Amino acid sequence: MLIKVPPKSALREAQTTSESAYVSRRSVIKGLGAGIGGLLLSGNTGAVDLFGDGVEGGASEATPRKPLQFSPQRPAPDLVLTPVDKVTNHNNFYEFGTGKTDPAKYSQGFKTEPWTLRVEGEVEKPGTVDVWKLMSDIGLEERIYRMRCVEAWSMVIPWVGFELGKFLQRFQPTSRAKYVAFETVYDPEQMPGQRNRYVGGGVHYPYVEGLRMDEAMHPLTILSVGLYGKTLPPQNGAPIRLVVPWKYGFKGIKSIVKITLVEKMPPTSWNKLAPNEYGFYANVNPDVDHPRWSQASERFIGPGGLFSVKRQPTLPFNGYGEEVASLYKNMDLRKFY
Amino acid sequence: MAAIAKKSVAVLLQIGVHLGGLLPLLWLFYAINAGHLGGDPVVELIHYLGMGTIRLLLLTLVVSPLAKALHFGQLNRLRRPLGLWCFVWASLHFSTWLALDLGLDWSLIGEELVRRTYILLGFTCWLILFALAITSIPALLRKMGKNWKKLHGLLYVAVLLACWHFWWSVKSGWIEPAIYLGIAISLLCWRKESVMRWIKSLRSW
Repeated sequence: MLIKVPPKSALREAQTTSESAYVSRRSVIKGLGAGIGGLLLSGNTGAVDLFGDGVEGGASEATPRKPLQFSPQRPAPDLVLTPVDKVTNHNNFYEFGTGKTDPAKYSQGFKTEPWTLRVEGEVEKPGTVDVWKLMSDIGLEERIYRMRCVEAWSMVIPWVGFELGKFLQRFQPTSRAKYVAFETVYDPEQMPGQRNRYVGGGVHYPYVEGLRMDEAMHPLTILSVGLYGKTLPPQNGAPIRLVVPWKYGFKGIKSIVKITLVEKMPPTSWNKLAPNEYGFYANVNPDVDHPRWSQASERFIGPGGLFSVKRQPTLPFNGYGEEVASLYKNMDLRKFY
Repeated sequence: MAAIAKKSVAVLLQIGVHLGGLLPLLWLFYAINAGHLGGDPVVELIHYLGMGTIRLLLLTLVVSPLAKALHFGQLNRLRRPLGLWCFVWASLHFSTWLALDLGLDWSLIGEELVRRTYILLGFTCWLILFALAITSIPALLRKMGKNWKKLHGLLYVAVLLACWHFWWSVKSGWIEPAIYLGIAISLLCWRKESVMRWIKSLRSW
């Protein structure tokens, strides 16, 4: 299959505000030391501001995020970052409700500490890791990725995490391991969407996802424990989530408690709910429409207010074709969507 | 109740309808700025306006059977303002989608209208509301005579289309749209005779 790689200049618009704001913010936070969430709450004073960001603050910091030690991405890609408030106030996390603002509202106080992650199945050394200990032991790095939701909106998010592949190697996968199955925590007491089918959008819980082994081992695939330099807020999948930048956002399973290496293709939540709409692969593909959304273009949620909305063409594999197209070279991506 | 008292109640209700149509829009303006609609207010805005339209449509259908049941003919004065607010909300819903979601990309808009049935349903509903709103101008109303009533019976179709549009637009979970569709069908059943009369009147069109 022919993969068109767009010129590097394709996304170089207005590379001004957000990233520099982020970098300076980050250096200030580093300079001052721990936990100054207030820095992220500055700015909007409530004046009528339909043209500005307008969403500073909100509920995002009700659960304080902890600063992380990590190596910044160098060189940083030429991407305009989505402001942190938008990343943390526009989420799909049906366990906390189907509205985009529900997760930020209803996940505050969600207990993410302590947290253990079990790795089992086709591995020589199954084991359980303490995620918070892992965060300080494993070398964390920043990955600034495009994030594309199947609902045709996109963001650019500076994740902090580590490669899933390197992590899985610790458990010594056997030769029978062909797929990786992931599972979100099942905790109906804390997650209203798991208590009530109506709140949870009819999804069968716990949420499950899966990757093929080669996708899981790909260096672009990470387990993320933070964004914008600090630990994840609950609505973004604290304390640990999956990020696969060339796939639609729903593959990025949140608040993971179990990873199982398996021989057969594992079930995935959205595929179970509507197999004609959501396939196992879910690679970002402008040529294959979702029944409800054209995938040819996307609305980028960037800096700026309501009237600075930008539509942009969607890139094959979300712009990561150069790195990942070879994984699918003999596959009909219309069939394996 | 004395006729005068009934009339003043109707006037108060009419003011209430106008406030009910307007105040949530003012709240929206504030809410966007205060961040209540989250990091991507566009989608929230579209949903809020769409749900408001459906609720107003259902409310519009309540009026005349209620007026009949209560022997309170003055209530019928509420139909026009309610109907017009339906059109305002539907138009805001539609234009938010056109301008803020699709960024006025006309080729994409055309494609989406044709390829996504739920959008076509919503668009048809808006066209009906548009026709009903335009013909609410008193001069036109008089000029149209009997045909006015025939045209305005399309409200029954519009309310069903709106609920169906809602049903097909949700990504998961059919309970909420089912509740609205259930209410719409019950309201149409409640005024079965008017609906049947309207269907019959179409034969002579």
